[in-house]
This record gives sequence, structure tokens and C-alpha cells, in this order.
Amino acid sequence: MAIITTRRKLIAGLGSSVLLAGCDSWSRSDRVKNILSSAEGLTMRAQRLVTDRNALAREFTMDDLSPSFRANGSRTADTAAGVDYQALLANNFADYRLEVDGLVSRPLSLSLADLRAMPSRTQITRHDCVEGWSAIGQWTGTPLSRVLDLAGLRDSANYIVFHCADTYGSQDRPYYESIDLVDAFHPQTILAYDMNGGAVPERHGAPIRARIERQLGYKHAKFVMRLEAVDSLDEIYGGKGGYWEDNGDYAWYAGV
Amino acid sequence: MADEAEMDIGQGEAKSVVSTEPQPGELVKRHRISTRLWHWTNAIAIIVLLMSGLSIFNAHPRLYWGSYGANPDTPWLEIGGEGTRGYLQIGETQITTTGVLGRWREPDGDTSTRAFPSWATIPGYYSLAMGRLWHFFFAWIFVLSGLAYWAWSFGNRHVQRDLTPKRKELSLKHIWHDISQHARLRFPTGAAALNYNILQKLSYLIVLFVLLPLIVLTGLTMSPTMDAAWPWLLDLFGGRQSARSIHFIVAFLIGVFIVVHLVMVVLAGPFNEIRSMITGKFRLPKEREPKLAPPETPAEETA
Repeated sequence: MAIITTRRKLIAGLGSSVLLAGCDSWSRSDRVKNILSSAEGLTMRAQRLVTDRNALAREFTMDDLSPSFRANGSRTADTAAGVDYQALLANNFADYRLEVDGLVSRPLSLSLADLRAMPSRTQITRHDCVEGWSAIGQWTGTPLSRVLDLAGLRDSANYIVFHCADTYGSQDRPYYESIDLVDAFHPQTILAYDMNGGAVPERHGAPIRARIERQLGYKHAKFVMRLEAVDSLDEIYGGKGGYWEDNGDYAWYAGV
Repeated sequence: MADEAEMDIGQGEAKSVVSTEPQPGELVKRHRISTRLWHWTNAIAIIVLLMSGLSIFNAHPRLYWGSYGANPDTPWLEIGGEGTRGYLQIGETQITTTGVLGRWREPDGDTSTRAFPSWATIPGYYSLAMGRLWHFFFAWIFVLSGLAYWAWSFGNRHVQRDLTPKRKELSLKHIWHDISQHARLRFPTGAAALNYNILQKLSYLIVLFVLLPLIVLTGLTMSPTMDAAWPWLLDLFGGRQSARSIHFIVAFLIGVFIVVHLVMVVLAGPFNEIRSMITGKFRLPKEREPKLAPPETPAEETA
């Protein structure tokens, strides 16, 4: 018995420490990261295969709202995307403009009143953070497809980049996110200006927060100042399509 | 050879075919190549999935029932740290878990207040993003190899022939007999050891056709895209946060299965058992030494 116990301990100890040490040094290796990340493309293709382009995220009722919707990430913004966010906020966003440019026929500069005058969509949806928690809220905003149609998206455009007024992390890097055209033209993808019946609060990304309902929370850019239509993400900041993608090994496709 | 033995044993007719029956001490074929390949692929995948899953759990060590659940809401399970103490709270009950959960010492000596300690997580340092990369890569290996094994094992009738309980095995008397034999660590010897007993059959069936599908489906329910594609997932599990809770509970049950499985391997003879899962060859256990049998046990109970 003593021999068995020793052998077991030896095997278990050796096995687990080799495994753990291996996984840690592998986790820091770019080659291993690339191999592990290859599953992201498979996941995206598989999910797109079984998900109708226009399949809607579940919509809830007012009775289902989270009593308190947790705010996460930046609670306010500063001067990223070339704006003075605090001045805009102080003026209740009267001077806010949403710039729409890049691969579009007609670049736009839309005020909040312009956006509110356009057709709107209201949806009560579940917000899923990559950390695991969920909150249900009501969002009203302009469908992104309407804005893109107004701007006349060029055929060469493949992605829409959301440039935000906030920076994040110890190095104050600008927050940004991007989606492809499947999600950009999805009926529930809206530029939300209202939340739970009032204007989107500062901590939730006033005045405009993107809602990308079939992906995780970090894709839902807050403090959106500018939409840029691009053919490739390579030249945008770190080239991986978003703040967390560039700075934290998070997947660009956040459908899971 | 193994097939013959399987057909002959347990039917009460063993005496008439005793000449073809493999004898105790004989080295016989035990596990098919499909079972062996899947066993080890799956073992690696499951261990990486469990440990990277704990990494992901550490990002938000609280579980809820229903559709939503975040910091302002009340969890049914929470692992946390408070002052110099770590705790596990389930409902109203709080257990101090300092040193293991909620507050523990890192390998370099620093104190961490993460839920699960570094020896239990992949990676061993805190990284939600890396935990997710490991988890989803091995989730694909787990799902694809599991589906292949399912298809193969129905195709070659492994499930129907070796795992499906016979009617008489399902009697309470038979099950109770097996439990009492297990409790006394009296395992089948000779050719009878080639057949799965009822407790093994039920455990493997529950893992293969209840726990593994449940953990995949609850995993898919946590995906916002899958919820749009297959909204019935949300109705099946009662919302995304319920699915997350069930995912965690099923992972725990799989962990319990692994521990029991390993203990049984050690008790049954680790060399022989592990060899049978690597080479497929299994040495039939010899009859028990008389001193191991309690004197009051009737002789006919020895299978």
C-alpha cells in the first residue's frame, strides 16, 4: 500500500506540476496562443452556420429588467477620439456629433437630435459580460443599418469601427471596437441613446452606446464618437479590431 | 476472445462453456482501440476544460438562478474573501475556506483573494482571456471526439452490449448486492471481471448520456449567439445564469466521477487497469485469497 501511495503521489505530483508549469509557460508563448486562438475562427464559422443572419437575441419584458444594471469598464470618458468629453457632458451633449466616415459615399456628422429624428428601435435584452455575469436592460436607439444606408456604405467596406471617447488601462489607450457587416446590419444592432426609459447614463456610455446583442459586453462600445467603415482592421490601432483584442488576448469574435 | 467471454458470462451458463472461458490470471483483450483513444483524448480535454473553467469562474465567482445576475443581485453560491478569511457561501450557509478558496497563498508567497487557487486553474496566473482560449480550444476537441465516440460505440454495439444493463441487473436486490460488494472492496475476479457490473454501467451511462450532453448544452446556452440561434436552450435551462450554474454543478459532478474512477482504478490494481486502457490487454484477476473473505460470507456470493 505504501508503495502504491508513493507511486500515486509521485505520478500525481509529477503529472500536475508538469501540466501546470507547461500550461503557464505555454500560455505566455505566442505560438501556443496562436494555436489556441485558431478555435475562434472555427467557433465563428460554426456559429454563423447555425445562426440565421437575422436571428434575434431574446427580448424580455419590463418585468424582467435587472433591478440595478451593473456598469463596467470606463465609467466616464476624456479626450480620446479628438473630443473634449467633459465639455460635451457639461453641455448635455448639445454639441455632440457622431462622425461617420471611411469607406462611405457621404460622410455624415449627426447630432443627437438628428439621430433621435431617425427611425428607432426599442429592445429589452440581456447584456452578457465576458466575466460571466448578465444584466437585462431596455435600450432605444437608431438602427446602425439606417445610419450606414444614409452614409452610403461602399462595396469595399468590410468592417465598422466604433471610436470611443474613453481610454482604458494604465497606458490610457483609446477604447475602440469593430464588427463585420453581418452584425452591423443585424436588426438589433442599434446606436442606443436611451436606456431603461431615460437618456443613457454617463457610466453606461452617454450619449451613444453600441448594442451588438449577439456578442459579449466588451463589443458594445460606450461613448461612441465616430464610426469608420474600413476594408481591413490591420491598420487600426493594434490591428486586432478592438481594445481588449489588442491589449488582452480577448477574441474579436465574442459570440461565445 | 473478449466477445465470447462477454456473451458467456453472467448468463448462468458458464459451466457448459468452461473450456473456452478465459481463466483467472490470463491476459485477455479488454478495451477496443476506439475506447482507448477516446479515453485519453477525453481525459486530457476534460482536465484542461475543468481547470480553465475554474480560471473563467474566478472572473466572477458568483452563481445565480434565472436570466440575469451580477454584483447587485443575490447569488446562490459565492466564493469570496473578507478580511483575512476566505469563504464559500451556499445560500445562507458560509464555510471558512482560508488557504483553499477565496484567500490563499500563491507559489511566490503572496496572498491572493481569487476564488480558486493557482494549482487548480489553467493558466496558474489570473488571466480570463487565456482561460477562455484554453477552454474553447479544448471544448472543440471534447465535443468532436465525444460525438465520434458516441457514433462509433453505437455502431459497434459497445453501448448496447456492454453498457446497457440487463433486466435482472436492474433489480434493487442486484444493485444492493453490488453496492455491498463494492463497500467491502470485493471486486469480480476471473472472467466475470470482463463485464461491467451494474454500478459501472450506470455510472458510465450517466456520464456519457447525461452529464456530458448537459455540460455541452449549458455551455452553449452561455453563448449569446447560440441563444439567438437556438432560443429553446434558454427555456430548457431557465435562463443564461441558470445554465451557468448548472454548467458549474455538472462540472463538479464530473470531477466527483473522476475522483471515484481513479480511486477504483487504484483499488482494482492500477497497473493492470491502466495497461488495459493503453494496450487493451487485461490480466483477469485471480480468485481472492481466503483471508480477504469475511468468514460469515456465504461461498456462493463469490461471483
